[in-house]
Amino acid sequence: MIHEFKKRWVSFGIGLIWLFVILWPLLGIKPEGLEFGTTFALWGKLAVAALCIMIVYELNVRGVFDGAKKAGSAITGSTRKAYAAIPQWLLLLILLALALVFPSMTGRYGHDVACNVLIYVCLGLGLNIVVGLAGLLDLGYIAFYGVGAYTYALLSIHYQLSFWMSLPIAGCLAAIAGCIIGYPTLRMRGDYLAIVTLGFGEIVRLILNNWMELTNGPNGLSGIKRPGVYWLDMTNGWTLEHFWVKKVWMYYYVILFIAICTIIAVYRLNYSRIGRAWEAIREDETAAELMGVNTFLLKLLAYASGAVFAGFAGAFFASRMRFVSPESFTFLESAMVLAMVVLGGMGSIPGVILGALALIALPEVFREFDLYRMLVFGGVMTVMMLVRPKGLWPAKRVGRRSEEMD
Amino acid sequence: MSESKEVILELRDVTSAYGNIEALKGISLKVHKGEIVSIIGANGAGKSTTLMTICNIVPTVKGDIFYQGERINALGSEVLPTMGLCQVPEGRRIFPRLTVTENLEMGAFFRKDQAGIKDDMERAFEFFPKLRERRRQLGGTLSGGEQQMLAIGRAIMSRPKVLLLDEPSMGLAPLIVQQIFKIIEEINSQGVTVLLVEQNANLALQASHRGYVLETGSVVMEDDASALLSNSDIRKAYLGE
Repeated sequence: MIHEFKKRWVSFGIGLIWLFVILWPLLGIKPEGLEFGTTFALWGKLAVAALCIMIVYELNVRGVFDGAKKAGSAITGSTRKAYAAIPQWLLLLILLALALVFPSMTGRYGHDVACNVLIYVCLGLGLNIVVGLAGLLDLGYIAFYGVGAYTYALLSIHYQLSFWMSLPIAGCLAAIAGCIIGYPTLRMRGDYLAIVTLGFGEIVRLILNNWMELTNGPNGLSGIKRPGVYWLDMTNGWTLEHFWVKKVWMYYYVILFIAICTIIAVYRLNYSRIGRAWEAIREDETAAELMGVNTFLLKLLAYASGAVFAGFAGAFFASRMRFVSPESFTFLESAMVLAMVVLGGMGSIPGVILGALALIALPEVFREFDLYRMLVFGGVMTVMMLVRPKGLWPAKRVGRRSEEMD
Repeated sequence: MSESKEVILELRDVTSAYGNIEALKGISLKVHKGEIVSIIGANGAGKSTTLMTICNIVPTVKGDIFYQGERINALGSEVLPTMGLCQVPEGRRIFPRLTVTENLEMGAFFRKDQAGIKDDMERAFEFFPKLRERRRQLGGTLSGGEQQMLAIGRAIMSRPKVLLLDEPSMGLAPLIVQQIFKIIEEINSQGVTVLLVEQNANLALQASHRGYVLETGSVVMEDDASALLSNSDIRKAYLGE
């Protein structure tokens, strides 16, 4: 007990000294010369804050809060019970209703962020098939998003094809791109596959950047049509009127529709025979093969079906921005989507949705930190991964599916 | 344990290699229907490679492999279980993040008859009652012995005609090893032919009808298991006498 107490406070002291050593070069070295005042002031504030936290921690270790904790756990226990008593379809219905009324509660800015979140939900769920289910690390996933976006852009500009017509074509072309990358590379495993997919992502971006005749290079393509929608018009009787999606909240409903379709499709895949085979491949490829799983075909299928959802999201992105350029499809985007999957919880649908929400919405929330926004964001991400290493909402593996058979 | 003379699995002068390194240097062996045949030998003799070559995980360079009279060299690994040739790989290789039930279901992956799968699940649970207790646990949380049971259970879910077993005793306590060998004999008595690869030569030969001795990629001896057990050379080399 005494020993542990000593160990804690010694490491606390070393940590503070270390913090000062890191802080001083950042703040103290100035063109006018060396300075200690500001560093000490900031360090002092941080040290006092850390000390407060340490004292609370110390009291906690000594059992001062035990009574309060017991009450707390009783409350969480009863809420959990209440939560379990609510049927799942009711919860989903409430969520859906919230998603549907969301635009009327927020302004343009909110709609904008929500559209972005939903685009990334589609991307995250697609990548989740490849990374979370089949266990293939893909660092060039955004390439399929780019293929989808450019497909719709080109079809719209050159052939005046409508958004809804182009959507399946964009999905198909993305899937074909998935097969093209998948066929030669899926014999590789692990790190090698990651590097090759990284290269593929860059190749696609470079093609978009340099094929001037087709893609107009870095200048991008503009003049993409908006999606059209048929709507019941009741001003003069019941007629179906066609109009263009113009307002951001209308775009929100379009992407909400695509996202819900994606969620349903991924859910169905997840709990199908194919989904099970993907999981087996993730766990042990050779063993899966020995059990009669055609690993090559199924891995190719994972790539293709993951790409389809990225293609949909890409087509929507093009129609929403009405402009595409290679800049939107950099490696950073791939990393972002991958971070959503990992942060949310690999293989878990609600997890990926939460991950997308966290990674897109949090930087917006942190805008008031302005300069330090990304720093705070990075810190929050690190803390989240430390606190919940399996993701925000880990995939519920135990008792799913097999339970239903009992 | 009826022993007919019908050959169900045969290797004829099979050579296979990992890249440039030759692992099997022309192996010929026969497995008759209903038998338990064991392959014994030291580390690196090519025992596991033999099984991996039969399943085409390691490709055959030369020679032919026949199963039920059909040449299976060029068939994909994933086709073989559907023909009734199933392997329990070395080191068990269960799916750690799938539940026990799901692991067993994976064994019947290619089968579509839901009722039959359910029956076989019951059969697997009868062989290994421990697995029934733990059916909702993740495979990775089982002990070594239970994992081996799960691996064998998973394999019999495919209703194999020939079961290839790679080192079922690896890393297990003697008591559990005996239990597992008893079950292997029981599975065999239900009409499943077994080809067994073992380090533990004594145990393997006691359980089997015939045996092959492998040394650096070639068969150096083949005989009835009882004859091998009493062979003084074998006793010296593999049974520690």
